[in-house]
Amino acid sequence: MTTTTTAAAPTQPVSLLERFRVPGGFALGAVLLLGIAPLALSDFRLSLLAKYLCYAIVAVGVSLAWGRGGLLVLGQGVFFGLGGYAMAMHLKLADAAAAPGAGPGALPDFMQLYGTGGALPWWWKPFANPGFALAATVLLPMAVAAILGFFIFRRRVKGAYFAILSQAMAAALSIWLVGQQATTGGTNGLTDMQGFFGYSLDDPVNQKMVYFIIAVVLLLLMALARQLFVSRYGELLIAVRDSEERVRFLGYDPANVKLVAYVVAAGMAGLAGALFVPAVGIISPALIGIVPSIGFVIGAAVGGRASLVGAVLGAVAVAWAQSTLSDAFPAAWTYFQGLLFIVAVGFLPGGLASLVTVIRNRRTPTTRSGETA
Amino acid sequence: MSGEGLTIRDLRVTFDGFTAVDGVNLDVPAGDLRFLIGPNGAGKTTLVDAVTGLAKATGSVRFGDEELIGKPVHRIARLGIGRTFQTATVFEQLTVLQNLDIAAGAGRGMMTMLRRRKGIPEPVTKALETTGLTDLRDRPAGVLAHGQKQWLEIGMLLVQDVQLLLLDEPVAGMSHEEREATGELLQRVSADHTVVVIEHDMDFMRSFARSVSVLHAGKVLSEGTVAEVQADPKVQEVYLGRASEPEPASVSEPSATPVSVAEEA
Repeated sequence: MTTTTTAAAPTQPVSLLERFRVPGGFALGAVLLLGIAPLALSDFRLSLLAKYLCYAIVAVGVSLAWGRGGLLVLGQGVFFGLGGYAMAMHLKLADAAAAPGAGPGALPDFMQLYGTGGALPWWWKPFANPGFALAATVLLPMAVAAILGFFIFRRRVKGAYFAILSQAMAAALSIWLVGQQATTGGTNGLTDMQGFFGYSLDDPVNQKMVYFIIAVVLLLLMALARQLFVSRYGELLIAVRDSEERVRFLGYDPANVKLVAYVVAAGMAGLAGALFVPAVGIISPALIGIVPSIGFVIGAAVGGRASLVGAVLGAVAVAWAQSTLSDAFPAAWTYFQGLLFIVAVGFLPGGLASLVTVIRNRRTPTTRSGETA
Repeated sequence: MSGEGLTIRDLRVTFDGFTAVDGVNLDVPAGDLRFLIGPNGAGKTTLVDAVTGLAKATGSVRFGDEELIGKPVHRIARLGIGRTFQTATVFEQLTVLQNLDIAAGAGRGMMTMLRRRKGIPEPVTKALETTGLTDLRDRPAGVLAHGQKQWLEIGMLLVQDVQLLLLDEPVAGMSHEEREATGELLQRVSADHTVVVIEHDMDFMRSFARSVSVLHAGKVLSEGTVAEVQADPKVQEVYLGRASEPEPASVSEPSATPVSVAEEA
């Protein structure tokens, strides 16, 4: 029946290189992050890298939800923030309890300043428990994403509307936090953390430990995302991205398929926010609002949102460029960031990861897959 | 597999005051290869939309004992009703094999979904053979030729384990050879499935239809075998002025139905 000019598919033998590409790349990443970087970088640079890797963790989720699922998650700041605040609240409570002359249930420093009537708000109390706080950094963002996503996807909100809605949620959360000076620290956020589960954050050794935790978490989440990418679910997610209606006719509910990606991405953003707090020492509304939320996806867009490694490297590179350039040209960075986003999405939708393929297809215009790749 | 038939009673679909389907009654017995023909705007596609839950409708559509009106699209699909669209919609970035595997997979458990595919499921192998796409299974569906995409769509319906296939103009834009191959594929498929085909191509209809329903202005105008329908004066009247139908290609013409609707009109 194959009457057209398409030649029969050659059964490609899996080369040795191909077979070891993924585990090899993973090992290389581990050596770079856990071996070379701590040796080659100064403490200061390493702590900057720790911060960038937190953004990379968010990008892993963005790659799943946006790259594979087509969900332009422009409000990851919400989940990053929930995770970050959950962690910061615990650290502040632990600091207060460890202060000389204080005991369990002591008020964090900023509450003593701005006054909550001397009592800890009820919703702060459970965060004194380290187990609860740690679980909350991941589960709280996931639960919020599940509830939001349930209504969003069931009502078939998609495309630009979904992106705008995500932005609005990031704006709403950061505005609400600013208004709660007495219980969330308002614009200042939660800052000046002393300890991290009993370890002093002032000690460079412990800062290095935080870096290692972040690097390991990033590698583990990349492995998890990779498993999702190659699983049947990953194939189905691409199918939903490219033709949602068709998937519905196959008997799947696309809302559930998208919900899983959205919730997993939210959990990753939450964990990133939680690790950001000990690494950088602050979480504040300015770090989770609209602009940082856009920042979370730019790295993935530049590096290549559908490619896991592309998204991670892109996130690190953009974060590095931001620190470097925003010092030199503080006013210009926001414009540059916007321009980068437009150029990446408009002209190189596959990001830098697709550059090789794009160039190869330009050279050999006979390659038909160039249009769809 | 061909256990259920389709029973449509007094089906109506209205868009903003325009009645696209106006009280259709239609019976497609199990195992039929039914062609739905009719001029543009007769309501053929809308009828299929209503059956598959895409268009809101009143009346009754029963598949076996199940009432379909009011059920969401994916539930109707799970009852064993599959359809294709006028433009082939396959997942272009996925391979032929991945397309078929996804189609075969509604109802897979969580753990299966989160694991990588190991080997090729039995129904997928069968569908690859039936549609003749075995050699192309690792190609991205986006690079397939037009006809191959349509066959892939039909293959996706087969692995879905559907009992009723609703095909919207499956041979539109196909070459003569592709049409022949598609017709043979449909006959093979209808051995153990019920098939409903919307078609404009009269030659194709005459060659492969087991029974025909003619729709006109949202109503069923005529029904029967190809010969019966072509002899119906009402049908000839509807097709009057549509003499632009191509001359029947005598090669593929079964001798039992020598008279073309268009010629009569």
